[in-house]
Amino acid sequence: MSLSTADVQKVARLARLAMNDTEIEAARTQLSGIFELIAEMQAVDTAGIAPMSHAQDLSQRLREDRVTEDNQRELFQHIAPQVEDGLYLVPQVIE
Amino acid sequence: MFNSSLSQLGAALRAKKISSVELTQSYLDRIATHNPVYNAYLTVDNKASLAQAAIADQLLATGSAQALTGIPIAQKDIFCAKGWRTTCGSKMLADFIAPYDAHVIEQFNRAGAVNLGKTNMDEFAMGSSNETSYFGPVRNPWNQNAVPGGSSGGAASAVAARLCAAATGTDTGGSIRQPAALCGITGIKPTYGTVSRYGMIAFASSLDQAGPMARSAEDCALMLNVMTGFDERDSTSLQREKEDYSRDLNKPLAGLRIGLPKEFFAEGLSADVGARVQEAIAEYRKLGAVIVGISLPNTRLAVPVYYVLAPAEASSNLSRFDGVRYGYRAPEYTDLADMYEKSRSQGFGEEVKRRIMIGTYVLSHGYYDAYYLQAQKIRRLIAQDFTDAFKQCDVIMGPTSPSTAFNLGEKGDDPVQMYLSDIYTIAVNLAGLPGMSIPCGFGTNEMPVGLQIIGNYFDEARMLNVAHQYQLATDWHSRAPKGF
Repeated sequence: MSLSTADVQKVARLARLAMNDTEIEAARTQLSGIFELIAEMQAVDTAGIAPMSHAQDLSQRLREDRVTEDNQRELFQHIAPQVEDGLYLVPQVIE
Repeated sequence: MFNSSLSQLGAALRAKKISSVELTQSYLDRIATHNPVYNAYLTVDNKASLAQAAIADQLLATGSAQALTGIPIAQKDIFCAKGWRTTCGSKMLADFIAPYDAHVIEQFNRAGAVNLGKTNMDEFAMGSSNETSYFGPVRNPWNQNAVPGGSSGGAASAVAARLCAAATGTDTGGSIRQPAALCGITGIKPTYGTVSRYGMIAFASSLDQAGPMARSAEDCALMLNVMTGFDERDSTSLQREKEDYSRDLNKPLAGLRIGLPKEFFAEGLSADVGARVQEAIAEYRKLGAVIVGISLPNTRLAVPVYYVLAPAEASSNLSRFDGVRYGYRAPEYTDLADMYEKSRSQGFGEEVKRRIMIGTYVLSHGYYDAYYLQAQKIRRLIAQDFTDAFKQCDVIMGPTSPSTAFNLGEKGDDPVQMYLSDIYTIAVNLAGLPGMSIPCGFGTNEMPVGLQIIGNYFDEARMLNVAHQYQLATDWHSRAPKGF
């Protein structure tokens, strides 16, 4: 399967990855090769087979609704790129 | 001493023949000598390791030591360890100091083990050669020009070069077994859900599983005893009674049924690897095992299915890296969207970006059914193949990797060639089964060959028994690379 330049540009945008034209073209070639490999799947008849999302057939564990974590804001914000007064700083989004 | 087993080291520590501080220091000295060449460790912190060793010595003095108390263990840099730089092999986390411990790290701390350092790995565990690490490739102690395998390449190299007593790894598509095979060591990926994923940086959550990498099955059993256990902070952690994985090591193998899948010995397997695996099977016959021919008909679909499911899960897991709360933020940007895009483009390497894009594509509108859902259905067929096979045999054996270690840069720019090298290991992750690799000789290039042993769910104790009996009868596992 061959991907178009527009396909790759769309995926890069959805994935929040900035890529220039050279990178888009390189990605297009490599992704097309990978999707050729993946295309082997399409010939398999899977009618009536339930999808397997997980290795074990688990049901979600439930627990009592109680506080289990202490407030560790300072510890966690210590490793953030930019914080001020306990808030994470990002570029302004509302004028 | 560097060739001693974990139980020998433990006995020496408890008998006060050596202190943990002395043992740790001698490993740190050895790392200082060899790591500039092998690049197996990304972070070593002498002060932190020696402080842990001093605490272990106190436990040893009071007689409250456990099996691994005072023993220096290398931790893959995918496990968060409080106060330690934890990079996952990525520029994105190059300066990330973990604010908490992974469950695996907690377990080792509780056991009194010493964290000897954080080992190199493919970026976010995506790779089969350790060449995608932002911090440079790891070299194979058997040949400096060869790759150690990946993604747990630093761990495998460190164990083979005797730069730690044992190490931890993680395995999403073969990342414990393949480097273990390429470096001539023993590694086991347990049943999915056995080791908690809490604090283990996520790649593909339905496949990721941690396990030990060491020089023998006996050592792996002791490591597994520490690493496993229920943890409520991992929603997929299994509630099971605590096991002693060493309990069956000495059982005789008479009557053991070994299944050989014909698909594992077909086109694509190097002749030398095939020959060594057959010799190992012959050894098992001598030990009383019975060989059964089996088939895993959907084997060839495992790679395509994996390269839909794993990137899909990865694209979701790695969306958390946005340059806001932790990790890399681009130095210049115009607005919020630009900050996200630049931070991610500059922070992630080529392979990681490639997989995020595959995952984003297969999950995008209009393609979900054709790719993701179809892959999940075939995943069930692959798992069913194993269920059927285990009606006829107790364990399955075959090669771990189709060839011995290749040279750095040899697979070049073609990701598909690299992906295909995981053909024998990937299906095991898709099914969630336990799998291990043990050394079984050398290829024509004098590089180690790995024998893969696949067990049924929760059959780790039997697999370790099967591996241990072979290691009593042969000495491949105790061979060391020249100069080590």
